[in-house]
Amino acid sequence: MMEIEGLTVRFGGVVPLDGVTVRFEAGTCGLIGPNGAGKTTFFNVLSGFVAPVAGSVKAFGEDLLALAHFRRARWGLRRTFQTEQAIEELSVVDNVAMMLEHVPGSGNAAARREAAIEAIEFVGIDVDPDTKVGTLPARDRRLVEVARAVVGKPRLVLLDEPAAGLPDEETEHLGQVIRRIPEATGAQVILVEHDMTLVGACCETTAVLDFGKLIASGPTDEVLRDEQVIKAYLGTEEPA
Amino acid sequence: MGAVGTTPAPAAPSKLRSGGRRLQPNEIRGLIAIAILLVVSLAILPAILSVYWVTVLTAVAYISVTALGLNLLMGRVGLVSLGQIAVLAMGAWIFSKLSFSTSLPYPIVLVLTGLITMILGTLVGLPALRLSGLYLALITLMLAGAITIALRTMQFPNGGPGFLGNDPNSSAAVRRPAIAMSDPAFFRYTVIVCLVMFLIALWHVRGKPGHAWAAIRQSEPAALAAGVNITLYKLWAFALASFMTGVAGGLMASDVGRLYAISFPTDKSIVLLAVVLMGGIYSLWGAVIAGAFYSLLPALLDDWGLPADLLTILFGVGIIQVLLTAPGGLAQQFPRDMRNLGRLIMRLARRGSSPPDDGRAAA
Repeated sequence: MMEIEGLTVRFGGVVPLDGVTVRFEAGTCGLIGPNGAGKTTFFNVLSGFVAPVAGSVKAFGEDLLALAHFRRARWGLRRTFQTEQAIEELSVVDNVAMMLEHVPGSGNAAARREAAIEAIEFVGIDVDPDTKVGTLPARDRRLVEVARAVVGKPRLVLLDEPAAGLPDEETEHLGQVIRRIPEATGAQVILVEHDMTLVGACCETTAVLDFGKLIASGPTDEVLRDEQVIKAYLGTEEPA
Repeated sequence: MGAVGTTPAPAAPSKLRSGGRRLQPNEIRGLIAIAILLVVSLAILPAILSVYWVTVLTAVAYISVTALGLNLLMGRVGLVSLGQIAVLAMGAWIFSKLSFSTSLPYPIVLVLTGLITMILGTLVGLPALRLSGLYLALITLMLAGAITIALRTMQFPNGGPGFLGNDPNSSAAVRRPAIAMSDPAFFRYTVIVCLVMFLIALWHVRGKPGHAWAAIRQSEPAALAAGVNITLYKLWAFALASFMTGVAGGLMASDVGRLYAISFPTDKSIVLLAVVLMGGIYSLWGAVIAGAFYSLLPALLDDWGLPADLLTILFGVGIIQVLLTAPGGLAQQFPRDMRNLGRLIMRLARRGSSPPDDGRAAA
């Protein structure tokens, strides 16, 4: 469970996150909003790439912001990126296993490989695990990134538009994988996505950001019907 | 539930689980190539070549270790350093001072040289934590210039008493290992030390540091998200490259016996960059090729009576060729060309033997 209070980020005069207070319950939660709403900035704060000027982030009762960025992976924070970042030079299994190399207590190389293969099977990549990621098609690279996020013992998995650029049937497969993450790993999942079908299928609750402010939060089907949310996505006509 | 169904994702076939990792065909080819290279250089070459060419090949060996340092920095971590020849000079100087001032066994002096150079070279790498690309290249080039000036001012190489003693007129030669006093024996010794350096590099590239470097090179955010301490691993890369270059410098000092400051001009670091790029930065073989370009080619040109300036033109053309057609350098291009040649020969051979069959089939 995540409790975020008064989270504010400022880049000069731009305020991508403006006093966001929101709770993410266990399971898979959606985070949606139009482009520039502050979703990726929110993930970057959780990852430690961006320092907030105010606010607190409590994950399972622990203060996430107090940890150095590279130590958060050790804590159990995992993420995927909007532009997929599987490491091209490494094989599929090395890509996944390397996530455990900086987490103490992940066992020896054989144990890490075993865990990596398990994660690769979990996301359903059907290639030789010793293939270089650079030679794989976009769908498989996405899945490698998701496997990197679920391998070992993740506690918080952040997925940043994992379905971007994927055709429908592959998005469907991805949705099936995402919905099984909380149950299989015990991790909390936050999904940023523009594909509302995917959000509707994966997330029980959803929060909506617009211009850095939280405008709605609650059960996904209610949030998606909310008039303010529809206005934020489609725009409103200013009275002349 | 919309587009997303309720059936679980299909399980991947169980072939994934079948045991550990097997050797890939290209790895087997690599092992064969290493074995051939070792047999040729340890057993055959020292026996058939004159002392002059054995000395040239000794230089190829330790320069390829110097090139290996830059190859790792650029190819694996994405850091450009134009100060590697200055680091080599530091290694050579530290080794000669240690060998004059102590009576420690040769291998220990070599390792100590590596470790001291590692500390100094890591300092050269400190700017890499803040800078990258062209700016890092410029800063390392300037540091290399500063080191060159410092070494000249202290009348490098000075053979005075003790580690810091200064006697520019000393004419003592830097020592060699007792088991390898002759040139052919020292060549073999150098090849084995260089092999150890390449194995250390391979062990790094294949293991945890190599994975972390690959992540850093592609995307620092992705590396951070994987829990990689970027500061530590960048410094580690500089430390490893400097250690190797220091050891290479030690071998060089023993090989030539007497060092001269003019052997380490700052601009040689740029030549090293050129040959490392031409050899190929994504393969450790690239470093071996780079060593040959750097040390063997000038000797060959000299032997053929061609001017040494021709090298500048050759390297220039070579760099353009690499940038345009083979970003992986010769280490990648050569096996590819050989495979194509093999396929061509096979096809010609098949065509040569097949016409009678075709004739019968047509009839």
